[in-house]
Parts: sequence; structure tokens; C-alpha cells
Amino acid sequence: MTLFILRRMLQAFNVLFVMSLLVFAGVYAIGNPLDLLVDPNATAEDMARAAASLGLDQPLWAQYARFLGNALQGDLGNSFIHGVPALGLIVERLPATLELAVVAMLIAVLLGIPLGLWAGLRPDSWSGRTIMAGSILGFSLPTFWVGLMLIMVFAVQLGWLPASGRGPTAEVLGVPISLLTADGWRHLLLPAANLALFKLSLIIRLTRSGTREALLQDYVKFARAKGLSNARVVGVHVLKNILIPIVTVVGLEFGSLIAFSVVTESIFAWPGMGKLLLDSITQLDRPVVVAYLLLVVTLYVVINLAVDLLYAALDPRVRLAGASQ
Amino acid sequence: MSEANILPTASPAEADVERPLRRLVRMYAESRVALFGLALLLVVILAALFAPWLAPQNPYDLMQLDMLDGRLPPGSASGDGRLTYLLGTDEQGRDMLSAILYGLRISVGVGVVATLMALAIGMALGLAAGYFGGRFDAILMRIADIQLSFPSILVAMILLALFGQGIDKIVIALVAAQWAYYARTTRSAALVEGRKEYIEAARLLGLSTPRILFRHLLPNCLPPLIVVAALQVAAAIALEATLSFLGLGLPVTEPSLGLLIANGFQYLYSGRYWISVFPGVALLLLILAINLVADQLRDVLNPRLQSQ
Repeated sequence: MTLFILRRMLQAFNVLFVMSLLVFAGVYAIGNPLDLLVDPNATAEDMARAAASLGLDQPLWAQYARFLGNALQGDLGNSFIHGVPALGLIVERLPATLELAVVAMLIAVLLGIPLGLWAGLRPDSWSGRTIMAGSILGFSLPTFWVGLMLIMVFAVQLGWLPASGRGPTAEVLGVPISLLTADGWRHLLLPAANLALFKLSLIIRLTRSGTREALLQDYVKFARAKGLSNARVVGVHVLKNILIPIVTVVGLEFGSLIAFSVVTESIFAWPGMGKLLLDSITQLDRPVVVAYLLLVVTLYVVINLAVDLLYAALDPRVRLAGASQ
Repeated sequence: MSEANILPTASPAEADVERPLRRLVRMYAESRVALFGLALLLVVILAALFAPWLAPQNPYDLMQLDMLDGRLPPGSASGDGRLTYLLGTDEQGRDMLSAILYGLRISVGVGVVATLMALAIGMALGLAAGYFGGRFDAILMRIADIQLSFPSILVAMILLALFGQGIDKIVIALVAAQWAYYARTTRSAALVEGRKEYIEAARLLGLSTPRILFRHLLPNCLPPLIVVAALQVAAAIALEATLSFLGLGLPVTEPSLGLLIANGFQYLYSGRYWISVFPGVALLLLILAINLVADQLRDVLNPRLQSQ
């Protein structure tokens, strides 16, 4: 197990290292870094001072070492637009994005598992087919298009829910959260539903195929033969066994929810990290873009690592396969 | 061995080539939904190909636009009475039907070009990895694994944010986001096929390695690749539309469907739905048609289902 953990952590560090090289290459090696990293309105003295402080007279490997050293200390430069450290700006937006992703994942799980169970238990029924057709649509519709439709129907035509922005927030331990106010919930509902749709479809499919497979297993037949009620067979014996792959997928997909929240946040003007990224790209605010990319990739690698380790702890077969490689 | 006879490219000279192909066509035609998807796809592709002849006006030629005709609802007549805007106009008085036909052309073009390039790169790497194995195989698959653990939208966003925008950049981003799917699929097919007797026979005949790879191994790896490529075209088109919608994709001078939808977004609130919704419907039909065709192709080309 220790070897497995070490191996996986080494791999995670490799990914981060390669990513930092790519970002470094993108910002420093291609084009003039001064154009990218210094405010275009800066005076000639500022430019000269910046060039010296960036160490541009040093060889490339020394520049990279400097960049990496600063990055490890959380120093990714100041935002041109806001004049504050780029990383701080992003971390400030992190709660809004996390809140959106968590609620979206909850919607996907709380709706997806019952719907998938239903479709798996009655695969040929009208309702089961409808659920599956819906999940196929959920897979093939682009997220931004669904977001537009949600706004058009629920915000413009029906006027039930607000179309954009984050509602009032209440502070918990210094972190603003909109889940504690009724209006905050109203603002959260449409974007969270939009973000949840793809994962909802995925979980419906996983649960359905898992249920159909489990129903054919001997332990389910045995449970039925013992005379257990249908509710107990499905709720305990079937559900327990299909939960393992679902838990894995939920963990792994959480990172992609954060990545996809760029789209949803842009449509619903949700003030999270993704919106900040898009604004920064259009305003050519390079340090913020770099900080976002490094932060999200780090988050992603950490989540993947955690899920892998958790999975290995739960399922010894994974460790054995990893050790024998 | 059943896959060995599926594609006529494997052995064009043999007499029984026609039969498997006809069987594929028959199996495909068994599903009405799939036939509908194919018909829809043909209509959409023909519309995209012949956009300059089908469209009532050239949406890029500002001389043909009349600002006074801006934001007209569907079915309105133009100010000079020469044409009817079947799907309405945008804020510059551009006929939406024309804009959609031209936008479709760009979306399909970018999606297909990016998919073919990713296919070629992924196929070559996967074939080599599967056939030769060893260190090259291990390193390549590790890179593919790591890349596939990130969502393709993140990979594409990273590249576009670092290297800027433009039609060439977006194609590169799409290729970079998708090559790994093909490399992995080709590798696993090549691993299975490479162990079969006909490859060994070809080797014993003293054929050159490129000839074995491309004339014998590759044609037999194609069926799963075709399915993956069909699904990935839809994914590439959706990804391009998303990136263009976010303003990271194509330049505004030649709007793809995603950019058209983004342009109409602000008018959604005032009830001028057509500027955003009709390009969206076109995008939807395109993606849906490709997915329906790809789904049926997967069943038809699956050797396990064929024996039944």
C-alpha cells in the first residue's frame, strides 16, 4: 500500500511539473514576457526594472527555476487590472465555484440514482425508456445551449427564477455562502441545474446498467429466494453493490465540474473562478490566467490522487494491479 | 477473424468483398431511428456544403446588409421587399438563415478537419505503440492516461489561453484534446490483431514493417476507430461551439454556430429569441444526427453482436 501511495504521488508531481513547464513555455519562452507580464502602459524605467526583477538576463533554466520557486510560494504575480496578487483574487472566488459544483453534484446524485434504479428495474417500460432518452439528450446537448434554454424558459418566459448573478450571501467562518438565504437559493437553482445535467445523465446510465447487472447475480436471486421484500432487495442488496463505481465516478467527475463551471458561470454571470478566467482572458490579464490554470490543474491532480487512494483502500484488487506493473 | 472481412480495403481483389459490406448496410438499415439520423446528417452536410448557393444573402458581405432591417422577427419582409427573412435577422440586419448556413459550414469544417488530424496522429502513434510495445508504448500510454484524466474542455482552454485565438489555434486545441482517444483505441485493437496468425504469416513472408502495419494491421483496426471517430466528431463540434460561445474560439469575422448563439444571447432577455435559438437548433440537429449515426455504427461494427 505504501509503495502504491508513493507511486501515485510521484505521478501526480510529474503531472504538475509538466504543467508548470507548459505554462512557463507559454508565458515566458514564446514572445516577449515583458509584453505579457508588464502593464503595456508602463514607463521605460518600469520596463527595465521589471526585466531585471524577472531575471531575463539569466539562462532559460534559471528563469524557470525562479518561476517555479515563486509559484511554490504562492507568488504568481499581480493582476494588471486589479493590482492585487493573482492567486488571492482567484481564491476569493473559489467559494462561489465550489458551492455551485457541490450543489450540482448533489442534484446529479440525488436525482440520478433513483431515476437510474427505476430505469434499471423497468428497462422496457414507458417510464424507463423516457428516462434513458432524456439521459441521451443530456449527453449530447452542449452545456451552454441548455443554459440558454433554462434562462429563456424559467427566467424570461415564466419569470420564476433570476437569470443571472449570485444572490445575497451569509458568512460562515468568514466564507460567503448563498445556501443560507432563500434568495440565494433562487439564484443558485438554474446554474446548478445547468451544470448538473451532464453528470445526471452519466449517473443515470451508470446506475441503470449496474442495476441490470446486479439483478442477474446469484446473491440477488438468493435474497429473493429467502423471501425478502422487494424494497429490501433493491434498497440494500442491489444499491449497496452498485454504489462503489458510482462513488468513484462522483469523485473523479467533481474536478470536471469545476472545469465545466466556466461555461455555466459565464452564462449565468455567476461570480466564480471560471467567470474570472474568461474576463481575464479578454482583458489580457495574464497573471490571473496563469494562476487559474495552475490552481485548477493542482486541484484536479489532488482530487484524482485522493480518489485513487480511496479506491485502493476500498478495493484491494486495484493495489495489487498497481503493484504488479 | 470476422472483422478481417468487414472492410473492402483489407482485400479489394477478393470475390466475397461485396457480401460483408451489404450485410453492414442491411444491419444499419434495421433501425429506423438510425436511418432518420443518417438522412438528417446528409441534409445538414449538404446544406453546409452548398451554403453559398442556398443562402438568400452572403452574411459576411456588409454591403448586402441593411441596418434598418435589424432584429426583425421570423417571416418579416426586408425593407426593400426583395426577400423574406424566414428565421428573422440579427442586430445588423443579417438574415439568420444565411448566417446559420454559413456558420454550419464553419462548424462542420472545423470539427471534421480537427477529427481527421487527431485521427491520423492518434492512429499512427497507437499503431506503433501496439505493434512495437516496449518503452515507447509505456511512455505514450502514460501520457495518454494523464491527458484523458483531464476533461477535454480544460485541455483546450489551457492551450487557447496560452497561445491565443484563431482558426488554426482552435484546430490545434481540438487535436490536442482528442488525439489520446484514437491512440488508445488503435493501440488496444493493434494489440489484439497483432497476435493473430495473418500478421505472423505476413511477417514470415518477409513483408516490410510499414507494409504489415498499414496494409495488414491498420485495416483490421479500423472498425472500432470509425465508431470512436464518429462520436468524437460530435464532441469536437460541441467543444468548438462551446469555446466559440465563450469567446475563446473563432474570430468574429467568420462566426461559427457557437458564436452566433453567443451574439444572440443578450437579446434573449428582451424576447428576441430567434437570434440565439435558431443557430442553437441547427447545432443541436447536427450533433444529434451524428450521435444517432455513431450509435448505430457501434452496434453494426461490433463483432460480438455480429455473430448473433
